[in-house]
This record gives sequence, C-alpha cells and structure tokens, in this order.
Amino acid sequence: MMASSYSAKDEDGHITVSGPGGGTLRNKKPENTAFKQQRLPAWQPILTAGTVLPAFFIIGLIFIPIGIGLYVTSNNIKEFEIDYTGDDTSSPCYNCAKNFSWNNTKSCTCTIPFQLDQPYESNVFMYYGLSNFYQNHRRYVKSRDDSQLNGNIDSLKVGASSPMASRKKKKPSKECEPYASIDNKPIAPCGAIANSMFNDTLKLFYNDPNGTSVPIPLTSTGIAWWTDKHVKFRNPVGTNSNLTAVFQGTVKPVNWHRPVYELDTDPENNGFINEDFIVWMRTAALPTFRKLYRIIQKKNNMAPTLPRGNYTLVVDYNYPVRSFEGRKRMILSTISWMGGKNPFLGIAYITVGSVCFFLGVVLLVIHHKYGNRNNSANISN
Amino acid sequence: MTWRSPLALVRDALRGQRARENELRSLESNLPYEGLEKGKQPNRYFPSNAIKTTKYSLLFFIPMNLYEQFHRLANLYFVGLVILNFIPEVNAFQPEIALIPICVILSLTAMKDAWEDFRRYQSDRKLNNMPCFIYSRKEKQFVERHWKDVRVGDFVKVVCNEIIPADLLLLYTSDPNGVCHIETANLDGETNLKQRTAHPEFEPESFNGILVCEKPNNNLNHFKGYVEKPDKQKVGAGIESLLLRGCTVRNTDHAVGFVVYAGRETKSMLNNSGPRYKRSKLERRLNIDVLFCVILLFTMCLIGALGHYLWLNAMPVVPPYLVPPTSGQLDRPSLTSFYMFFTMIILLQILIPISLYVSIELVKIGQIFFITNDIDLYDEETDSRIQCKALNITEDLGQIEYIFSDKTGTLTENKMVFRRCSIMGTEYPHKENAINLLIKETEVVPDGKLFQKISRTSSGSLSHSQKTDAYLDFFLALAICNTVVVSMATTKRRRVSRHRTFTEDSEENFQPSGQTEGVDTTGLQPCSPHPPSLSDEPALTSDNLRYEAESPDEAALVYAAKAYGFTLLSRTPDSVSVRLPSGEVLDFEVLDTLTFDSNRKRMSVLVRHPITKEYVLYTKGADFAIMELLGTPYPGNGNKKNIATVTQRHLDCYAKEGLRTLCIAKKVQNHTLSYLPNAMAAIENRERLVMDTAVQLEKNLTLLGATGIEDRLQENVPDTIQALREAGIKVWVLTGDKPETAVNIGYACGLLEDEDLVINMGCKDKITCTNILDCTLEEVRRYNADPRNVDTTQNMSLVIDGLTLDKALSPDLLDRFVALVKHCRAVLCCRVTPLQKSRVVKVIREKLKVMTLAVGDGANDVNMIQAADIGIGISGQEGMQAVMASDFAISHFKHLKKLLLVHGHWCYTRLANMIIYFFYKNVAYVNLLFWYQFFCGFSATAMIDYWLMIFFNLFFTSVPPIMFGLMDKDISAEMLLGVPELYKTGQGEGDYRFTTFWVSILDAFYQSLVCFFVPYFVYQDSDIDMFTFGTPMNTSALFIILMHLSIEIKSWTVVHWIIMLGSVALYFIVTLAYSAVCVTCNPPSNPYWILQSQMEDPMFYLICILSTVVALLPRYRVCHSLSSVGLKIFNCPEFWGSRQCYFSLMLPFS
Repeated sequence: MMASSYSAKDEDGHITVSGPGGGTLRNKKPENTAFKQQRLPAWQPILTAGTVLPAFFIIGLIFIPIGIGLYVTSNNIKEFEIDYTGDDTSSPCYNCAKNFSWNNTKSCTCTIPFQLDQPYESNVFMYYGLSNFYQNHRRYVKSRDDSQLNGNIDSLKVGASSPMASRKKKKPSKECEPYASIDNKPIAPCGAIANSMFNDTLKLFYNDPNGTSVPIPLTSTGIAWWTDKHVKFRNPVGTNSNLTAVFQGTVKPVNWHRPVYELDTDPENNGFINEDFIVWMRTAALPTFRKLYRIIQKKNNMAPTLPRGNYTLVVDYNYPVRSFEGRKRMILSTISWMGGKNPFLGIAYITVGSVCFFLGVVLLVIHHKYGNRNNSANISN
Repeated sequence: MTWRSPLALVRDALRGQRARENELRSLESNLPYEGLEKGKQPNRYFPSNAIKTTKYSLLFFIPMNLYEQFHRLANLYFVGLVILNFIPEVNAFQPEIALIPICVILSLTAMKDAWEDFRRYQSDRKLNNMPCFIYSRKEKQFVERHWKDVRVGDFVKVVCNEIIPADLLLLYTSDPNGVCHIETANLDGETNLKQRTAHPEFEPESFNGILVCEKPNNNLNHFKGYVEKPDKQKVGAGIESLLLRGCTVRNTDHAVGFVVYAGRETKSMLNNSGPRYKRSKLERRLNIDVLFCVILLFTMCLIGALGHYLWLNAMPVVPPYLVPPTSGQLDRPSLTSFYMFFTMIILLQILIPISLYVSIELVKIGQIFFITNDIDLYDEETDSRIQCKALNITEDLGQIEYIFSDKTGTLTENKMVFRRCSIMGTEYPHKENAINLLIKETEVVPDGKLFQKISRTSSGSLSHSQKTDAYLDFFLALAICNTVVVSMATTKRRRVSRHRTFTEDSEENFQPSGQTEGVDTTGLQPCSPHPPSLSDEPALTSDNLRYEAESPDEAALVYAAKAYGFTLLSRTPDSVSVRLPSGEVLDFEVLDTLTFDSNRKRMSVLVRHPITKEYVLYTKGADFAIMELLGTPYPGNGNKKNIATVTQRHLDCYAKEGLRTLCIAKKVQNHTLSYLPNAMAAIENRERLVMDTAVQLEKNLTLLGATGIEDRLQENVPDTIQALREAGIKVWVLTGDKPETAVNIGYACGLLEDEDLVINMGCKDKITCTNILDCTLEEVRRYNADPRNVDTTQNMSLVIDGLTLDKALSPDLLDRFVALVKHCRAVLCCRVTPLQKSRVVKVIREKLKVMTLAVGDGANDVNMIQAADIGIGISGQEGMQAVMASDFAISHFKHLKKLLLVHGHWCYTRLANMIIYFFYKNVAYVNLLFWYQFFCGFSATAMIDYWLMIFFNLFFTSVPPIMFGLMDKDISAEMLLGVPELYKTGQGEGDYRFTTFWVSILDAFYQSLVCFFVPYFVYQDSDIDMFTFGTPMNTSALFIILMHLSIEIKSWTVVHWIIMLGSVALYFIVTLAYSAVCVTCNPPSNPYWILQSQMEDPMFYLICILSTVVALLPRYRVCHSLSSVGLKIFNCPEFWGSRQCYFSLMLPFS
C-alpha cells in the first residue's frame, strides 16, 4: 500500500540527536514536575493487621469509658412523667377531654395527684409532652411568617382592598394561608403553627405532710433560646409603645382565647416575645415530642427543689388531642450536661466499643494463628 | 440597487441551489465582469472565501445555546423539576431556590461554549483578514486584498512560503518547468514537498475558457476537471495541478491560480470535521445504573405517596397540624398523595446524580492533562507528546483485551535501510550494513565485492561502449525508477520548526562523518569520485542533496544507488539526471511515469536513454507482481533460465530474514507508444485509461535483480509485547507483507516463540479452508480434554493470509474461525487489505464482545483504527493520516505499555471508583431525607435547610470525588509496569461491576440508616426542633461521606489532605456564617444560630463520632479483609507465577 501512504519525510529527522542547539527548540517537552508526572510524595495507608488491630482496640478503649460515663450520667437524671390526656375513664381529666373541642371558651380544670419517690435536688425542668402531633408536617412547618414575628410592622398592616396595592404593602406572608387574615384583617401571629399553640395551663402544688397544699413557684422565662427571644422574635415597634395599640387592627388566631398582647402581664414576656409562644414556634422534629414549659428554680442549697412526697398537678384543660389520637403528658426532669434522660447513647457507645474490642481480639487470634504460617504478610509493615 | 421582485429572488436562490448541487460545475473568469453588480456575476452562486466556523451569533447566542443544551436529557430533567416546583400543590421548596442548580449548570456550560465560540470567531477573523493578491483588470496587476475577498473565478497570486487562500487551479508558476512545490503539512501533516504542475498555455488576462469541475468533496488526493477552450478543445486537469487551501508554497517564487473552490467548499474545510465523539464502555454501563437510580427514585417516591395516603386515611378527623390549602378545604387523600409523589421527586431529586456528568467531564479533562504531560510518553527525537484526540474514552484504555497492530512503522521503525541485493543471480550480502546497527538510511556502506565490480565496469566509460551492463542497469533503475524529489539542502525552506536548522547543520555535521566511515569500513575510495569540472553548478555536491520520497523504501533505494556512485541529481516531470560513478551526468528524458498503486503492486518509469536513444522502461515492484511479467531474459548472459529461479531463492531468503523485497526489471521498448495524452482530458475514464496503458507497457520484462530492505524493529517492541501479553491482552498483527516476512518479524518481536505451535493457514479454496478449521478445532478440543494438559496451556499461534482470511470470514465459517482464534495466543494476518483489517477488528469486537484497540501508522490502517474501540495512531514515517483518524497518537509502539498498563489502569479504576462513589454519596445523603419521611407523615419535609443541602452537594462534597478521580493511585506506576497482570482487573467486567454498584448502594442504605437513627434514638421524645435535629445528621453525613472516601483513597498526597480538610473546614465556616447571618432570609426554614448552639453541646460531637464510626465500621472491616486477602494472593507463588513478583509488589510499600 505504498501509493496511498505518504511519508512524513524528515530525512534529517534523525539528525536531531547530534544537531547542535537542538535542545533549545524542544518546547513541547512536558515539565518534569512531581505533580505533572503524578509522582507527588504519597502516603499509602495499607490496611493490614498491624494497622487495623490497634484501630479496633483504640476505638474499643475510648468508646467503652465514654459509654459508661454517659450511661451513669443518664441514670443519675431523675425524670417523672404523668399522662393527663384523659381518654381513660379512670383519669381525672376524662370529663374535660370527653367533650372538648377548639370552640370551647370556658376552660375545664382537672387535678391529678402524683407522688415523687425521690427528692429532686437541682433545678427541675417542667415539660409538656405531646404524642402523634406532627409538628414537622411540611405545610405546617411552612405556615408562619418570620418577618412578622421579627417585628416587621408591615406584616401587620391591613391588606389593601385592591390587589395592586396589596402587592406593594406587605401583608402576612402567603405562607400563612389560610390562617393569614380574617375579614381582611391580618392575624397576629399568623399561620397554622401559631394557631395551634399549646394552651393548657399547668400548675404544681406540693401537698405538705401536714395537709396544706403549697403552690410551687414556676419560672416562665429562660425557657426559650436566647437568640430566639432577642433576635428572631421581636415585638413590632409602632408609633405607640403600648403593645395593645401596636396590634390594633389585627385579630387573634382563631383557636386562641386571648390576643397575642395579652399572653402575659410582664411586658418583657408579652406579645411575640412570650417565651411559651417562642418555644411552641420552634417546631418539633418528631411527632412525639416535649417542650419546655416552666423551670422550678432551686431556692437554696439546703432543701431539695422538689422534696419527696405527694404533689398535685392542676390542669386548665384547653388543648384537644383526642381528635388525632394524641396524648398529653407532663414531665418533670432534672438536667445534666447531656440534656435530659437518655440511656441510648451510653448503651450504644458501650456496645460499639465492646464490638470493636471483641473484633480486635478475634482478629488478633486469627492473625497469630494464621499470620505466622506465612509471615510474609508482616513484611508490608 | 435595483428593486427585484421576490419571485425573482426565489428563482435566483433556487438556481443557486441547483448550481451548487450540480455534479459538474462550470466556472468562468470573473475578470470580464469586474465592477458589475452581484446579480450579474457568473460565479455568484458559489460561496465566498470568507469562512465562519462559529456556532452562534452574538444576537442569538442565548436562545441557540439553550436549545443546544436542552438536547441533553439531564438538563431536561432539571428543568422538569423546576417546573414542578412552580406548581403550588407540588412544590417542596421555594420555587426561586429550585432554579439555582439548573441556572448554575446552564450558565457554566454557556460560558464555556461562549468562550470556545469566541476563540473560533477570533481565529476566523484572523484567517479571513489574511492578505493575498488578486488580479484586478482595472489596474492590470495583482492588488493586495484579504482572504475573504477571494471569490470563485478570481485569479490569485501566491508567493513563496505563503499559505494558499483557496483551492486554486495552477495556471502559471515562476519555475521554468511549470512546477510548483507545496507542503501539505497543515492538511495531513506530511512534511514532504509535493509537486504541482502548472496547466500550460494560460495567461490570467486571456483566460477565456470554461473550467468544468466536479462538485466539492473532501478527497485531498483527487480532483477531476477540464478546461474547455473557446475552440471546444478540452484540456484535462487533475489533482496534480490543484493547489489546496491551507498548503504552503515552497521552493517556488510565485504562482498564479484560478480559484476553483472557495471558503467552506475548499477541500481543507470539507475535511475539517469536528472532534471525534465516542462513548466509552464505562459510560454505557453508567447510563444503565442511572436508569437504576431512576427506578429507585420512583420506588421511593411511590412509597412516600402511598405512605402519605395511608397516613391521611388513618386520621379520624382533621388534626390541627394539617393545614388546608388556601381554599380552606382539604383535598381528598388520594389527590394529595398524587401531588405528594411529585413533591417527593423534587425532594429526592439528587438521587439522580446530575453533577456526576459534569464531574466526569472535569475528571477526563484532568486525566488527559496527565496523560499528555507524561514525560515517558514524550519523544525527544520528534519533539512530540502523546496527543489525545478523543476526549472521553480515556478509561477504555484500561479495559483492552485485543490489540490489532500494523507491522510496518508500528512494530518496525519504517526507516528503511538497504541491506542486501541480488543482481543477475548473484547475492551481495552487505555485511557491514548488518553489523552497524546505528546506521541511517542516508548512508549505505557499499558491499566491497559489488563496489569493485561496479568500478571496473564503469571505468570503461559507458558513453563509449554501446554494450549495456546489467549492473549499471540495476543501479540506474534504482536511481530512476521512483518519484523521489531532489531538493538542495541549501534551498531555503523557511519553516517554523527546527527543520531549517538541521538542513543547514547537516553539511558540516555529516559530510565528514559519512565520508570517514565510508573509507574506514570499506577501505575503498570515497563513493563519489566525480571530477568537479563536469558539474555545472558548484552547489551540486552529492552531500547537499536531499531526497524527498513518498515512501521510505524509495528513498532507501536512491541512497543505495548513490552509495555506488549513481547519484540522482534532479528530477523534473520531463527529465531525470543521474551522475554515474565515472562522473558523467546523464539526462534521461522521461516519457511517462506509471505510479505505484496497490492493485498492480509495481511502478514503472519510461525513459529515453540519452546515448542509446532507446526507450527503456524500468519497473520495480513486489516479487510476485514482477515475476509473472518476465519475458526475455537479459541478453548476453549464459545461465538465462536460472536467473529468475535464483533470484526467487534469494528473495525467499530475504523474506525469512524479515527484509522487504523488491524486484527490479527493465524492458527496452521499441515500438511506438500507444499512450495518448488526450486521454487525460477525459474526466470519467482517466484512471482506467492509465491502467490500460500500464498493462500494455509492463510486460515482457527483463529481470535485473532484487533488493532487500530492512525495516528494523522499534525500540523495546519485544518487551512491550511481552508485557501486554502478560497483561492478558491478545496481540494480533495485521500486515500487508508476505507471510514469511511477517512470521519473521513475529519471531523477532516475541509475538511467536520457538516452542509455540504455529498453525499456518493458507488455502486456495473454501473446502480446504473448512477442513483446516475443523481439524484444528478438533485438535484443540482434544488437547484441552486431555487430563494431562489441564494446567498447561498450549501456546498456539495462527498465521493466515489475506485470501484465506477472506474465506474464513465468510458467514458460514465465521463462527468456527472465531472459535479457533479464541484459543490462539497470537494471530498474524498477512497480505491483508485495509478493508480486511477493519473487518477483522469488527468481527472480533462484535463476536467476542471484547474491547479492541487498533494501532497503526499508515493510511492503510485508518479503517482499522476507526473500527476499533480505541484507535491509536503512530506518528512516524508514513504521514499523518492514521494520526488524524486516531483517538490517541503516540510516537513509538513502546509507549503503548505505559499508556495501557499505567494510564489505562489508572484512568479506568479512578473513574470507575469515582462513579461508584458518586452514586453512593447521593444515595446515602438522599436517604437521610427519605428515612425522615417515616416520621413526618410522608409530607416531604426536609429537616436540613435547603440552602445547606445545595451547598452540601455543590461545595462541601464535590471537590473530593473529583480529586479522587484525578489523583488516586491504587497501585504505583512502577508496580503496574513490573506486574502487568494487574491490568487484568480492568478487563471484561472490571472494577465497575453490577455487584460493585449494588454493594455500594446497599452500603449507602446502611450508612444512611445509621446516620439517621443514631440521632433519632438520641433525640427521641426530647424537645429537639426540626433543624437542630437535622444539623448533627448533616454534619455526620459529611464526615461519613468524606471518611468513606478516605477509606477508598489508596494514596494520600498533600493535595488530598488539603482538599479533604478544606472541605470539612468549608462546611463549618459556611454553615456557621450562614446560620449567623440569616435571621429571616430564607423563610420558612430558619437555621439561625442552630449550628452555633449545637457546637456548644457535647452531645453533638458524641453523636457525630458514634454515627461515623458505626457507619464506616463494616466497610473498614471489609476493606481490611479484602486487602489482606489481596496480600495473600500476592504472596501465593502459584498465582503470580514467580516469587520475584511478590517482592516487586512489596517494594513500593516498604
């Protein structure tokens, strides 16, 4: 096939070798750098018995003590839980729960006695717990207006009648629909989350052995995140410093009994910066959750915060949960550095640590039994 | 501008269309019409010389680019998701946010396209504005214009070293012989000069003929046309008088041509096809797996929708957390679930790894960067790197199972060295040439005996003795019978490359060494003892001559003749002058040259002897092509009959030595020529007429002798073949040479070994062929069935010739042939045509379903290169056609070893591992969201802020896999080269297997379960809020995904550390900044201060550590046991065959 093949004829192509000055013209020669030649100094971790075994032992040795520490800490946390849903006929709240719906305005009170077997020494955190309440439903989570809650006065303005103007003037965000406005008046706070706010009132009484019933002081501040209370949530600042005046022209959420500016008497805990409200607005991750309700501060160093004995929980039953087969609980818990009581993490650490340790031992045995037979595997180390 | 009716415009457009589509075109000169408006121009229908290679215009860039981009399925998927997000019932996120990924990807691609297009525009503009000379009738001279002003029908002047602006019919040159030399390096990379002949008797001013030519086509070596003069006389014109656009004029002061094709119709533009696009095997597999991901996605979405339906149905009344749509009425559960299906698709969209495609492109660019920058694949001699022409099949290099190689120029150097010759039945072995291995083809050391004989004969001057001598004839034939162009080394060839330097250097460098060598080794006087008085030009010293041949064989023969004193001094189309050893210069009149073609396998030159005035035909060609044409034996020789037989014996002997053989013959022509120059004018039958003439002339030849030219093996060819074979690659050699030569080269390069069983298949008819196939197959079967041969494999090799191959590849024998070939370790196909080569490749590729690689250097390998999965061109002596058609171009066969064993292996494992990792990564991350659906009523809630989710994929975890795909080294280069068996991991199914994919998907499921449920159990029944719940998950997912990669990474360099640690740092910095700044910026999700508060909590760290450890424990464990198993395998001597191998394996580790 000579005819169709041509030669890239450089008769003197071979002269390059001896040709003087040829080297200066070599411009295409790749740079001989470690990166371009893929010769960067590299560390090659080889998973051999020599490297893997210590890793297992180290994991085991670190995890087991951590696990024990966590487990002990968790066990030291005292926790008391009482269910007051009232779907059981024997429950004191049965009557309240039976015929209750969102429309009831008159609150129903029930009292539940309970007994603490141990004294609670440090600060006690009082939670309410809800079950089967999907605060994490996508539409529910969205149904809020952060800008309104951040004190943006425009989000409280009356929606203008003409659509042109309404676009310009901010109303409660459309995410709040259908809980954004009633009769063209904006709802404050708008949205489904606010609308479904937990509104049972819980009170605790200590039944003295001598018969008197002493109310236990419950602190309602300090239960929300500091950043929420001071940055994210702000009351709107209008021309008037009076909250009632600022919220003039808005309506309360449908399910609420009181408007937002009457949530508390303390002006630092009223309106949007009411901590019960803030806590509720931080939507729970899972359908069974608890939310911090009150803190029982330790009075002095001598007496326990909650001594052993009989107590009474008085509930203003406002919040219906039977419709969705939910449950309501009241939880008293002390707290440690790891939060509330949870044995899982401790057990998990202990288990994983033990498994690793065990694996390490097994591997060591295998390695000793079979590794010696062809010792060459050790050369690689 | 006169008004023209639309109808006329349409008519004109149609006429133009017809004129362009017509098989034959008639062109006339523009000169008589100069200055007239466009509508009156005769050649107005043909495109102007301005070229436009840009894809887009400024105005329509955005719509056109978008149209282009939406051809990709992946982009459509993205847009579909965005549209879904704008439907209020379905949307999962803020619709505006959902636009971000698609916008980022589209704009990145658009920017890349725009930049590329701008580059094209710039180069177009530069090209269009190049200066050139066009004849103007007004000014009666050539005036300077731009390339874009050149139109069909113009007369253009080109001067020396200038690039030709359009395809020109050469009408006039400054050369007295009417010759113009051009260099076609820009077109096909060939650097030799090509001769073009001016069409005679034309002056630009008086050119009044009509040029009829064929429709534009892309064949660079073919042009048909004729000029019809006003007196109806037709003058033919062929490719030999066409100057092609893009070529450079050399050695000619100036030339004038008539523009035949301009702009996009020129042959060079028609040859300009875009970059080659091949889809790699891995990519085909990848698409299947993407399909699996789509199925997985749909399953998950179905589960979500169904779960949502059941969840809704289980509810007795509407709970307070169920938010009705704006209308206030809840939709029916079935409808809501239907919507939920689409919402789920949006939520889980990243399960389809769209970013994977972008990453693969990036990784391949990087891999090509590394391959082209490999210093081991750089050739000092030609200053060339490896060229990667196909950008997306790098990983196929790691999966090759069959290599089809050309012989000449691929295994051998294609630097021809004259080794032996046989004249009139006497053999001259040229021992010195055989000893001196470093010899160049330009210096041939003459054989002592032969040289003396020549000197004796020529001492009695040839011109006086009428008796011709066979020895003289032999060397005259060598010097004359070729198409070698002589150029002076002193002639300025202004070229950008280093070429010029060498031509100038060659004089002082090579003259002395060449001569001393000649004196030392032969002990004879210098080869060219001519008296200077006879030479007219003092520049014509023999060492100044450079021969430019179309094939290296020709040059080798001319150099050989020169060594014996027969120096070819010059060649024009009409004459050849040769200086004899006596110093006499003979000028032969060339009457005709019958060029070489593959059918005749020979070439002839008909000359008129200046002294005897005889017409002499010198022919050279393949032995079988000459032997059958022999007629009268040489006069005045005793043992007449024996010459042919003796020569044939010598030829066989040469072939056994692996030499390329040629027969030289002559014939004295007495009768008048039947050759008609008029025939040349016939546009249709020219080739046939030339052929007929050749048949008439080439008969009754007289055999003069034969030559043997050595084509030496390239460096390290046996090593390379050995390594490739150890790597499990079967090497086939497909060559046009005869079986003896091929077998010889086969032994020389280690393809065949002495103990091998070589099956020689050569049969004339189909029945024998069938029998041989059946017998061999039966034998193989019996051998394999024999219990004694269980462990030993018989090394079987097959040698088959073209004719037999044709029969074996016929449909009924094909299966048997393939079955036999499967057992063969090596196959040599001899005497095969280019078409057969590609046929063989296709058959093996399709029948055995294997990855094939074809490597070749010549135009005859182009078919094969294109048929194989990977085509490799060797940029060697035989021009650039193979290189142009190839996917990769290397300069030596030995480079294949590193290219395949190292780069192929790396590219493949890197890409395969990266792709698997990508799938794993996306599945692991998306599943976190999926598991959460079980706890949020399947309402498509994401517990991770959407921005952080985007960032997670876009910034935090995108760079490490790309780095993994670029830089990971599972095995070091030294070991890959030392233990070629390691290449086998990539063959067949390779690393990227069905099981590997599913194992990693399962692992992803497991890891996501751990990553989700550890925080879940920790935070169960606590006051945790949604985004706080998501934060430790997101963080531990980052750690798991990165640590998983760390387990996969086999070698860590500084870059690895920086990128891995940088990714983690970036995650914390960006997330902390984002959650510190964003108070109400992204409603409804609100990440404000969450990570900060989490990082104050020790539980956060405990959770992250626990989930990371538990998630990665199985993989770590499995990896460990796998690698220890691997070590055991390496230890096992039976497995690798030798103990040595183990140590070489361990070397890089220690």
